[in-house]
Amino acid sequence: MPSSPNHVLEFPGGYTRSVGPVIGRFLSELRDGRLMGVRTASGRVLVPPTEYDPDTGAAVTDEWVEVGPAGTVQSWSWVPRPRHGHPLDRPFAWALIKPDGADTALLHALDMGVHELGAKPPKTLTTGMRVRPRWRAERRGHIGDIECFLPEVAVITAPTRLEYRLRPGRAQDRFLEGISQGRILGDRCPVCEQVIVPMRGLCPRDGVPTVEEVELPHTGTVTTFAVNNIPDPRAPEVPFVSAYVLLDGAGMTMLALVAGVPADRVRMGMRVRAAWRPRREWGRTMDNIKWFEPLDEPDVPFERIKDYL
Amino acid sequence: MGEPCAVIGVGQTEYRTRRLDVSMAGLVREAAWRALQDAGLDWGDIDAVVVGKAPDLFEGVMMPEAYLADALGARGKPLLRVHTAGSVGGSTAIVAAGLIHSGRHERVLTVAWEKQSESNATWALTVESPHNTSLVVGAGGYFAPHIRAYIARSGAPTHIGTLVAVKDRLNALKNPYAHLKIPGISREMVESTPMLWEPIRYLETCPSSDGACAMVLASERAARRAPNPPAWVLGAAMRSEPLFFAGRDTVNPRAGRDAAAEVYRQAGITDPRRELDCAEVYVPFSWYEPMWLENLGFCGEGEGWKLTEAGATALDGDIPWNPSGGVLSSNPIGASGMIRFAEAALQVRGMAGEHQVDGARTALGHAYGGGAQFFAMWIVGSDKP
Ligand SMILES: [Zn+2]
Repeated sequence: MPSSPNHVLEFPGGYTRSVGPVIGRFLSELRDGRLMGVRTASGRVLVPPTEYDPDTGAAVTDEWVEVGPAGTVQSWSWVPRPRHGHPLDRPFAWALIKPDGADTALLHALDMGVHELGAKPPKTLTTGMRVRPRWRAERRGHIGDIECFLPEVAVITAPTRLEYRLRPGRAQDRFLEGISQGRILGDRCPVCEQVIVPMRGLCPRDGVPTVEEVELPHTGTVTTFAVNNIPDPRAPEVPFVSAYVLLDGAGMTMLALVAGVPADRVRMGMRVRAAWRPRREWGRTMDNIKWFEPLDEPDVPFERIKDYL
Repeated sequence: MGEPCAVIGVGQTEYRTRRLDVSMAGLVREAAWRALQDAGLDWGDIDAVVVGKAPDLFEGVMMPEAYLADALGARGKPLLRVHTAGSVGGSTAIVAAGLIHSGRHERVLTVAWEKQSESNATWALTVESPHNTSLVVGAGGYFAPHIRAYIARSGAPTHIGTLVAVKDRLNALKNPYAHLKIPGISREMVESTPMLWEPIRYLETCPSSDGACAMVLASERAARRAPNPPAWVLGAAMRSEPLFFAGRDTVNPRAGRDAAAEVYRQAGITDPRRELDCAEVYVPFSWYEPMWLENLGFCGEGEGWKLTEAGATALDGDIPWNPSGGVLSSNPIGASGMIRFAEAALQVRGMAGEHQVDGARTALGHAYGGGAQFFAMWIVGSDKP
């Protein structure tokens, strides 16, 4: 179709069409917001109705049947770039829709939501999908009184947002205070004498409160690790290494990033040191430690880390 | 253990990536109704309902047991909810069995489910708080280092994980409910998939599934009237441990060993590999098969991978593990533990269909959750204890 015609032929005011008793009833019902079909002598319900049974040529009966308005898509054709005069100005489907209770399908536009011009048909557009009409508020007795059909509602969204005021608690507060000053604090269990880090004010194994605060060095050993190939906003790149680091003198490991070394060079037993961000960026957060990076020291033998796995 | 308890009904939904055709209520009702049909019962015959669900943050439905009370026919009945992370399906069944063992109820409906397509488990498992003191990672990132530690400690060859990935998917081809069906699954296929969290490859992980599983548990009197053979609960145990403590063994967790010892004690089992006919064990990453073989005492420490390598755990091996295809083939998280328990029951009822282990009379159902912290196990048998 030429985009800018140089000749236009248009019947003034539009041709009139007498619709007759059957189509007239169909359109009148449509104006009232109802979808109606007519029954044939053989019992079939025709929608849209005709004055005759297309199979036999016999006149249809006087029996009218309300159908739909929901229906099932029997076939469809995707329109990626609607043209002037199409019922929708965004990609849509022409669909043959069989209203519930009808034996025939009617052709109408099916709005599949917002898609970019030229888009491929959405996966949810399928033969067999359930649809319902979107009625115009102002109706005039025309097939366009149904603006288009829409998929039945299958999914809703339920926005959820909870707001908290979290307090770290005494032990975590003290630990984060240490971190804000560039110190890593743990506490020693009076029963098993292990140093628990980050400090938590108790020993989960012995179920007793801790009393002795211990400052730990910033060096440690990688016990085990994962090489992550799935991006994470906290990691500098992909792949990145998340590792259990046993700080020197600690009784348990901490999970932390290891960087400053290619992922395939990270080893169990590798010696590492905390890499702190510049002091001016410090806050009461673990983010003060960017990650752990390798130390130029020989690896710790497996024998000495195997009990911390 | 008190009064005898039997599984007289099992119901499962088909496990799929997305069950857009049903609501949460519809999903749990589908499994529950199938369990009731298996038991020859109607909603009104049930005395109490026990619901299991992984963290509320997964789908964002708080107190789902209250939301689903009517849908599960629980109006006017005792209704309990259980939550023990990934092991919840198993611990839910154990809580439900407790209501029968106690003699309080005759017929208890228990249901667990997950609609992963309407949630984001990775997001829910990695939400940061302003006071985090350690890196927070999702399930794969969490378990990969422990698998690496197992490999280092046991000296297992690196292909063991691929063997389990293939074996469980071959079994899944025989299970009509299984989610992942990969015809022609092979070691080459698994090895050609990318490392997500080294040493875990893509096909060595479980899928994300929608689905529900339900069981009807019954007293001896009610079991006698059931139309299909019962599975008798011979033992049940739960144990937990904290995520972080000095001296924790994350490869071979103490809570798992203790729960296994207790469930064997109750069922009178001294040699699980010989005395059990099959096991449905929570293996969401393939390497957890050899790890749990050791943790559950099917062999000595460091020997698990040898059983896997020798084919002992295959459907035609001497101790089939996960004949249903396991968590590696279907993973509606909250339901995954209950599926293990229910599949163990189906085996000893002789109702497992194409993945039936011939002549199975005693089976283990197992679930774990959190950072391998929460363990739930039961042993079911064809004969009343
Ligand atoms: Zn202690």
